[in-house]
Amino acid sequence: MDNALQILTEDYNAIIATFLMMIGLYIVMSRAHLIKKILGLNLFQNAVFLFYISAGKVGGGTAPILTGEAGAIYSNPLPHVLILTAIVVGVATMGLGLAIVLRIHEAYGTIEEDEIAQADIADDTRDEDRE
Amino acid sequence: MSETLALHAPALVILLPLLTAPLCFLFSRAANGVWATALLVSLLSFLCAAFLLEKTFDGRVLSYHFGGFPPPLGIEYRIDMMSALMLLIVAGASLLGLLFARRSVARELPAARQSAFYVCYLLCASGLLGVAATNDAFNMFVFLEISSLAAYALIALGGDRDRRALSAAYNYLIMGTIGATFFVIGVFFLYAATGTLNMTDLADRLHALPVGSRSLYAAEAFIIVGLALKIALFPLHVWLPNAYAFAPSAATVFLSAAAAKVAIYALVRFLFSVFGLDFAIGGETLNAVILPTAMIGMIIGSFSAIFARHAKRIFAYSSIAQLGYMMLGIGLESREGLEASFVYLFNHALAKSAIFMALGCIAYQQASMKLSDLHGIARDMPWTMAAFTIAALSLIGAPLTGGFIGKWLLMDAALAQGFWLIALVIAAVSLMAVLYVWRVIEAAYLKAPTGRRRGAPRAEAPRREAPFSMLLPLWIAALLSVYFGVDTRLPVGAAEIIADSLEAAGQ
Repeated sequence: MDNALQILTEDYNAIIATFLMMIGLYIVMSRAHLIKKILGLNLFQNAVFLFYISAGKVGGGTAPILTGEAGAIYSNPLPHVLILTAIVVGVATMGLGLAIVLRIHEAYGTIEEDEIAQADIADDTRDEDRE
Repeated sequence: MSETLALHAPALVILLPLLTAPLCFLFSRAANGVWATALLVSLLSFLCAAFLLEKTFDGRVLSYHFGGFPPPLGIEYRIDMMSALMLLIVAGASLLGLLFARRSVARELPAARQSAFYVCYLLCASGLLGVAATNDAFNMFVFLEISSLAAYALIALGGDRDRRALSAAYNYLIMGTIGATFFVIGVFFLYAATGTLNMTDLADRLHALPVGSRSLYAAEAFIIVGLALKIALFPLHVWLPNAYAFAPSAATVFLSAAAAKVAIYALVRFLFSVFGLDFAIGGETLNAVILPTAMIGMIIGSFSAIFARHAKRIFAYSSIAQLGYMMLGIGLESREGLEASFVYLFNHALAKSAIFMALGCIAYQQASMKLSDLHGIARDMPWTMAAFTIAALSLIGAPLTGGFIGKWLLMDAALAQGFWLIALVIAAVSLMAVLYVWRVIEAAYLKAPTGRRRGAPRAEAPRREAPFSMLLPLWIAALLSVYFGVDTRLPVGAAEIIADSLEAAGQ
């Protein structure tokens, strides 16, 4: 019990991030709406980013800007830099994903996954019926 | 001159295509100009890769420090034999694919999107090259995503010809992004445990840690699953068949030859060079996971290929089976198994790109890739189908082809450890390959053309042989896959050095 309490109070960032990650992943898997899936994916990615950044915090540390003061404690800047790159990747993924959804809407006339799957199967059978 | 080149080649091989791609996008709308630039850059990149392979063939390791910051603080590109071989495969596939692409893309894509195709192609190539060259775990994630994002776009570009390309690209995007995010979680756990991202440094510091650390188990599991999604290892393969089947022909050629293989490289790098087999998850558990999934993937992929009726999809399913072979050698976790995997990987890249180029030649002449519409096509396109047959023989593993060497070594490695069941599966799956390849050969050579049926509308123009600029790369790939079955010095020699260095690192 003490152990669980310790995790709750000290590693709450991990718990929050895991919670958000699972919500995101669940949306991706359970929704049929293509844009909702992309939003879920984005939530999943951003939860990981939050986890990274929160782990770079050093207790009592300030922003990592050199002031010349002796003995100052800084947060670890490296996770911030990494996540800055990862955010760019995430934005690019979301942009590309939405662009593809737009094209899907033009080609299929719907952005519901099950209707698209049905249309795909119809295309497949049309490919095969002339055997 | 040679010394300066040796100093900067590890960076040049990637930076050339990476910097050219956006410049092409900004300054040129003419597809032919962009194509010529891309071809030139690919050629230079290929020459750099060949140069690096020659430099590392004696087991030497080249290290390039970006911005002059020495590792582990700075980002390091580290070229050993394994990286150099992957660079050669990717750059070679990109060069052949581009030679093939000009007429194929001009026919398959609307004029407005042709230059975009080459820009995405270059970006994808530079991403894959970057994964092979970098020695920084996070840098690897970024390159993986550059290549994947470009690959999603390349596949979606097939949407003008067949709308299923769009839904395939969307599914690949969702699965691929989940995979990449898993990979980044794994890298995060490693960084949190060691405080470093440089992979050599990471390996050193990891092994100073206590063996039972739970976060390291999580790290390895996340990295394996993330990369398995990118490899399309069974049961994470569902995105692959439609993505390969409906992408533009030239994109399929390049992706099938290079993309999954680079992900395999990344997995090997982490399993053997970073974690090692007696650390974290450990060799025995990996054995129990990778061997069965690889074998089931081989069998299911081949079954689906046998029953598919769309020529490109047959060989997309076959890719799942062939990736299973490569994973099998890795799962054996022996020196011989790794050697076999890399020989297999090399030869499969040649054979599969030749096969998809042959199918691309057919797609150039007719819109339909249904098997029933390929009846008698060998009469109209004899050169295409002859090259296809040679490459298909290598895929099956007929003697005197590259595929035979790979399968032989793999069987040998399995039997050396007493896994006779695995050897049996290898043989059985090769027979299944005969079946699905035969269905295409039968349609092309033995069936009468259906287009000449009485009363059938003759809407399509008579089929002709594909243009020379498409046949040339096709024949280069087909002949090379025979050449490397006879003269095995390059693939087997390289694979031996790779296996030795991995075995030394895995201890």
